[in-house]
Amino acid sequence: MSVLIVAEHRRGKVRPITLEMVSAAKELGDETAVAVIAKDPAAIADQVDVEGVNEILYVKVDAEGFENDVYREALEQVISDRSPHVVLVGFSIDSMGFAPALAAKLGLGFASDVFALRRDGDDLVAERSFYGSKVNAELDFPNTERVLLMIRPTAWPPAEGDGAAVSAEVDVTISASRARHVDFQEVAASEDVDITGADFLLSVGRGVGEKENVGQFEELADKMGATLSVSRPLVDQGWMPSSRQVGQSGKTVKPKVYLALGISGAVQHLAGMKTSGTIIAINTDPEAAIFNVAHYGAVADLFEVAEELEKLY
Amino acid sequence: MKVLVAVKQVAILGDEVEFTEDDRDVDPDYLDYALNEWDSYATEEALRLVEAAGSGEVVVISVGDEDAEDSMRRCLAMGADRGIRVESVRTLDPIQVARALAEVVRSESPDLVFAGVQSSDSVQAATGGALAGLLDMPLVAVVTKIELGDGKATVNRELEGGLVDVVEVDTPAVITIQTGINEPRYATLRAIKQAEDKEIDVRQPGDLGPQAQRVRRMFVPPKGEGAEMLDGGAAEVAQRIKELVEEKMA
Repeated sequence: MSVLIVAEHRRGKVRPITLEMVSAAKELGDETAVAVIAKDPAAIADQVDVEGVNEILYVKVDAEGFENDVYREALEQVISDRSPHVVLVGFSIDSMGFAPALAAKLGLGFASDVFALRRDGDDLVAERSFYGSKVNAELDFPNTERVLLMIRPTAWPPAEGDGAAVSAEVDVTISASRARHVDFQEVAASEDVDITGADFLLSVGRGVGEKENVGQFEELADKMGATLSVSRPLVDQGWMPSSRQVGQSGKTVKPKVYLALGISGAVQHLAGMKTSGTIIAINTDPEAAIFNVAHYGAVADLFEVAEELEKLY
Repeated sequence: MKVLVAVKQVAILGDEVEFTEDDRDVDPDYLDYALNEWDSYATEEALRLVEAAGSGEVVVISVGDEDAEDSMRRCLAMGADRGIRVESVRTLDPIQVARALAEVVRSESPDLVFAGVQSSDSVQAATGGALAGLLDMPLVAVVTKIELGDGKATVNRELEGGLVDVVEVDTPAVITIQTGINEPRYATLRAIKQAEDKEIDVRQPGDLGPQAQRVRRMFVPPKGEGAEMLDGGAAEVAQRIKELVEEKMA
């Protein structure tokens, strides 16, 4: 199967998902090409020339940074030029802007958040979760000749080793971009703590229930010598600043100990903490996805455990 | 000012699970249903824009069976004006859902189309994007702020790691809405009652095209190494946590 990977890059740097997709492609591929869609593809190309990449496609466009329409139109032409069996993009914010649109327009097979791949004879089999990550499913794509898959970040290790890819240019014509990049803004500057530097994080999630309950966990974290971090719902509710948020849209953390209280473990949260040294999770739901990445777990009420912890510190 | 909001009634799986006989889906007896969390934010955002414009309407659109109207009624109770449901009794992939919705959007000529970034049950994050692709409309995905201008909007696209991309998008456009963009209002009891009388137009789907994905087999993920479970009551669990923290921090 020939595989086309769309390199993801931001501000001149290739994002880790790109090299992870090279590893993913090894499960399928005889031929792997990486398309670099950029104003100056050569500046990016070196970063993706790793073992496993056969060809790097230089796709030159005018846009400085990522723009939905530019990627969608460029990729449509690259696919038509190269006819890959499988197109891989990251399951990332950028890709959400063009990949489903392209799959729908071209009638491609499609799945997102894919974390395992294999070949079964001539069939491609992809694995992803359903029902809030509580069940997994094997998918195939019998009704389409070409498949576009969005790959879960951190599901594969990044490919390493010097590559010996040949390069080729693919000329594309781009019409006017209807959603234009204006500016980047950094949010959640360091007015608060830097949770990425903490050795011990006590992290709370939706299980705290109400804003009034957050304070007691802040105090508990203090007593235990931990830094308090939170999952997304607490930031969405405005209960805690986004500088405290662990996960894909927040911070990626790797403390020695990550103590998760009342966090069910959405995929986006797990992506931000699953490489922590030791993960201890407390949740009332024995099927909570957090237990799949935790080293230690207990099915218990977080308030009862917190009360007992307070007595010990 | 007319805003269409694509909403989904999502399935919630409890502690126990059984699969259908062909192992391709979860037995519906084990599922509860609710309005997708992202879609309540999308509905709220649409209501605010129409209220700020002074006139217009918010139309909730969905693909599903009659039960899915429960979630649509939630949006109507929040203040949406009417609903359109495309009849579907089977599980569709996100691209097929988008094909069903695209026909509705074409018939309504809205100024904006909103969808939640993703659904909490399937997390494909694809329906809104696919819809834009089928309609050849401008798209911005994962938006946390919208400012309307003349024939365009300035929006914040939430990137990974706390970075925001400010984007200027031509309208009409499809925008997928991220949680936290606003604080969705609660419906009053009176509004919930009034929503019962609001119109939900039921339409039959046209050609939904080929399946973009087929489930071969669904299963409970193997626990793998998984977590070592700590037994006992809260006091014992707390004691073990203290020991573990001391050991691992040393």
